[in-house]
Amino acid sequence: MAPLIETRGLTLYFGGLKAVDGVDFSLNPGEIHALIGPNGAGKTTFVSLLSGRRLPQSGTIRLAEEDITHLPAHARVRKGIAYTFQITSIFPRLSVFDNVALAVQSHGARDLAAKTRAALTRVGLQGLEEQEAQTLAYGHQRLLELAMGLALNPRLLILDEPTQGLAASEIEGFKALVASLVPQTTVLLIEHNMEVVMDLATRITVLNFGQILATGTPAEIRANPAVQEAYLGA
Amino acid sequence: MKVWLLHLVLIAALFAAQFLLSPYHATNLARIMVLAVFAMGYNLAFGYTGLLSLGHALLFAAGMYAAGLSAQILGLTAGPALILGILGGGLLAAAVGLLALRTAGVSFMIVTLMFAQAGYLTILYFGATTGGDEGFTLPAASRSIAGFDLSTDTPRFLAALALFGAGLLASLAIVRSPFGRTMVAIRENEERSRMLGYNPFAIKLAALVISGLYVGAAGAAYALLFGYAGASFATIQYSILPMLYVLLGGAGTTLGPFLGAALMFALIEAASGLTSAYLFFVGAALVALVLFAPKGILGTIRERWVKWLP
Repeated sequence: MAPLIETRGLTLYFGGLKAVDGVDFSLNPGEIHALIGPNGAGKTTFVSLLSGRRLPQSGTIRLAEEDITHLPAHARVRKGIAYTFQITSIFPRLSVFDNVALAVQSHGARDLAAKTRAALTRVGLQGLEEQEAQTLAYGHQRLLELAMGLALNPRLLILDEPTQGLAASEIEGFKALVASLVPQTTVLLIEHNMEVVMDLATRITVLNFGQILATGTPAEIRANPAVQEAYLGA
Repeated sequence: MKVWLLHLVLIAALFAAQFLLSPYHATNLARIMVLAVFAMGYNLAFGYTGLLSLGHALLFAAGMYAAGLSAQILGLTAGPALILGILGGGLLAAAVGLLALRTAGVSFMIVTLMFAQAGYLTILYFGATTGGDEGFTLPAASRSIAGFDLSTDTPRFLAALALFGAGLLASLAIVRSPFGRTMVAIRENEERSRMLGYNPFAIKLAALVISGLYVGAAGAAYALLFGYAGASFATIQYSILPMLYVLLGGAGTTLGPFLGAALMFALIEAASGLTSAYLFFVGAALVALVLFAPKGILGTIRERWVKWLP
């Protein structure tokens, strides 16, 4: 099957810092693919290139064989690439309903209320529709962010450290939710919590100094000596 | 439902007011309603979309001169002249927006201010046609719509009310529509909006053009109802005034522009009766506003008591 996302020689330097350095990466449709690596390995920069928040200096990005390298971010969202922010980014002064409704209506305003409620129910925020988003507990704000991503009905959902700051009980619910998304949605997951990664991911890519160190199943990654040295070793 | 009712009640109350007020005050109220349309247009850009423009005098003057000059030179009557005024405001907003919206924040303020100054100087430069500083009075024949003479009290009041009512209900419909929600989203978190698939530039441009249509309508109506067009309406003062109205009434509220325009008009009227330094009172009112009610009157009321206020 053709990959959903394929990058070739993707490169972005910040001055002398090689944040993303010639990355060849591919994402199969329907998988949960985890992206791991030490802090500063270039994970967030790499997914920023995929989502269009940054443009690469060289290399190409293809979405289902279509070249999207130069497409602006909002156009990529419309093609089905959704990004949830590492640092929670919601509309703090709008209601929970409006936050998700904005995601729903970006691809058509039909059945707006029903679709919005469905997305909120999916993450367990039903009943909080009228609450101002900034008054939500942190864990709920993370879930709201996720609901906005889901409401876009994406082909690819990029989750940037989604479990950061969540309680253990919330993490269990989150894992079940993400597992329920595939295979309709493909998930690219940046995550530091190794338990979450090992439980969810079908494949794992390890980034280090902006380059791919290894790609494989969780078992292969765990057994890889280079990965152990760079990252898991501790 | 009660939201629409509230707005209809205001329009009905204004209709009734003409029978209760003296002709002098009724004319003032007509003036306030036209200025409120100006402020509603400003509010859609600034209050809802977060575009702090210092150049809306340009759009007001565009409407005023599009209507005024077409009446004077082409001999159009009020109806077609008004339509030209509305289009003039919208077109100029689109032209300015295409360039100015490449900037944001303080730069956007400065660029819009610059455009407005250029517009003002252009009016002076073509003084032979525009009358420059002195302006010109509109031909009496042009000031009629469907056979009613707009220079007389009742038709003038009703024309102002009709424009105001239409503008108010349209602005309510806009801000409660999905597009209105998108405008607010751009104001609140542009980057998030972008990552929900919205093109911020396109939405800001659309909001600015809608704003321009309102402001052009107000400028045209001002000329047609009060019979005069002049370069003073293109000065920085007329960019600041709608901002003051909106800030006083409550930015991002549908009724705030009218309330702010009415109160500021009354304040200037009262203060200029006392002293020629009436701008001092305007300044004091603004300082008090920033200190005690930065969200304006209706913004504060909405926050504290009446949550459903649009």
